Amino acid sequence: MGRGFLKRLNWVDAFLYVLRIVIIVLVIYGAYNTLSSDKYTADQWLGLIMSGLAQGSIYALIALGYTLVYGILLMINFAHGEIFMAGAFTAVFAAEGLARAGWLETPVKATISILLLVLLASTVSMVLAILLERIAYRPLRGAPRLVPLITAIGASFFLQYTFKGFYGSGFKSYPLVPMLQGGIPIGAFSIPKVQVVVITLAIVLMAGLYFLVERTKIGKAMRAVSENKEVARLMGINIDRVIVFTFMVGGALAGAAGVINGLYRPQGVNFFMGFFPGIKAFTAAVLGGIGSVPGALIGGLLLGVFESIGPNLVLDGLGITGANQLKDVIAFSLLVLVLIFRPQGIVGEKLSEKKA
Amino acid sequence: MLEVKDVHSYYGNIHALKGINLTVNEGEVVTLIGGNGAGKSTTLRTISGLMRPRVGSMTFEGENLISFEPHQLVSKGIALVPEGRGVFAKLTVEENLEMGAFHRNDTAGIRADIEKSYELFPRLGERRSQLAGTMSGGEQQMLAVTRALMSQPRLLLMDEPSMGLAPVLVDVIFDAIESINKEGVTILLVEQNAHLALQVAHRGYVLQTGEIVLTDEAKALQTNPVVQKAYLGMDH
Repeated sequence: MGRGFLKRLNWVDAFLYVLRIVIIVLVIYGAYNTLSSDKYTADQWLGLIMSGLAQGSIYALIALGYTLVYGILLMINFAHGEIFMAGAFTAVFAAEGLARAGWLETPVKATISILLLVLLASTVSMVLAILLERIAYRPLRGAPRLVPLITAIGASFFLQYTFKGFYGSGFKSYPLVPMLQGGIPIGAFSIPKVQVVVITLAIVLMAGLYFLVERTKIGKAMRAVSENKEVARLMGINIDRVIVFTFMVGGALAGAAGVINGLYRPQGVNFFMGFFPGIKAFTAAVLGGIGSVPGALIGGLLLGVFESIGPNLVLDGLGITGANQLKDVIAFSLLVLVLIFRPQGIVGEKLSEKKA
Repeated sequence: MLEVKDVHSYYGNIHALKGINLTVNEGEVVTLIGGNGAGKSTTLRTISGLMRPRVGSMTFEGENLISFEPHQLVSKGIALVPEGRGVFAKLTVEENLEMGAFHRNDTAGIRADIEKSYELFPRLGERRSQLAGTMSGGEQQMLAVTRALMSQPRLLLMDEPSMGLAPVLVDVIFDAIESINKEGVTILLVEQNAHLALQVAHRGYVLQTGEIVLTDEAKALQTNPVVQKAYLGMDH
């Protein structure tokens, strides 16, 4: 400290330093106020955390698509939210049909139906992701990085309005699955069944992805390509094929997330439904460290939980009314703060050399 | 085996190779020596398909090379040990070797070749599950060489294998080059260390600003006064 330190301190640094302290103080003060006022019971907190984890695992599944593509192409696929929407939107028709045929009633039939829906949505999203790569991104492979980014935004609008054109702008909703209603009692608490199913499905899919990336030949090739494309080619790896495969995997996960999301929040299926989850999942990917698979998982779960308990824990304690409607404020403030204070994310590495 | 005829390559507008002619016969070690920026690496990049020549022809065992993508050359029997080693830092040693065998499907054969790599360089065997990026430069070079061998090449292109290595390790690598050649792999070696390169090679080409200015038996080059003065640091 002393003179040298003060000399080196410029105004931006000073401002960020103060900002950091203010945020920490506000968070602690808010949390302290809420907790000491005993406004919410332990049951309610647990409920908030569980719904945060359920929502977070959906974010994580979508975030994986962003992170996988970024890892390989250093490009943000902003149309990924629409890939998610396409799967969810297509499967809603099939779900309505299954409901009419009585295939959601008994647990056995409902399980089969849900798996079929996941398969259908994954396939649709996967095909769409492949087409997107082939038509919109591959021709721009050598272009400056801003170009595919703008194309991605364009592709995102194109997909939204194509779906609007086909199905109108009305809302549809997933039929309720009787098996998933009610809760599972754990001690004095009760956890909604649907949350348990959502989290379990997400864990299974992520474990599958982990196995794929870490253990299989194509997964190792994905990691090799993301590290050094030129050397990967010299090893005999066809990088175009690896890139297509990456889009396929990301798309399939997004499609599955579409159905899982439909189980959790049946309402609100329309052409615009991919936008917010897409941006939130992008936030989750950045929070965890974009390009990192575990980062997407951690980022997704943390974002879900922050979003869920943040309003009640912090904003409520600060005396802000209607805190529950400020979820998105928490999510996007978090995005801005991560970008300012830790752009590499939680587990990401410093953006060095080629990736910066 | 490899025939390069009148090849011209460019970086943008820079004319990097101005009509390269070279031949590598089966079983040989041929070296390409020359100063910085002479076009040694560019020649290897062109042969391995990472750069396309604007003019010229290249054939490998009678087959035209120019129409192939780099990833297709491996299955033709050509492998490159890239300049600066190029190991996958975030993959383990063993995963790096598996990537070298990417085009092969004989699981048992790949396994056996991995074990063979560990025999050639026991250090790699000790570090098989370590991330390649955490190893020393010499160990990474050992990995880069064995990884290229995993594709079972008949022609091995090596770009500056001695670069940045301690003298002891340079010896280890060059011993390996000789034993790899004895097992029947033809080698085209690019080196700045002309002294070493001419010791292991049968024939050599001297490259200067994108052109081949001299070619002879390695022994003759070692005693050639021009080469001695320019590349072996000997004054007369």
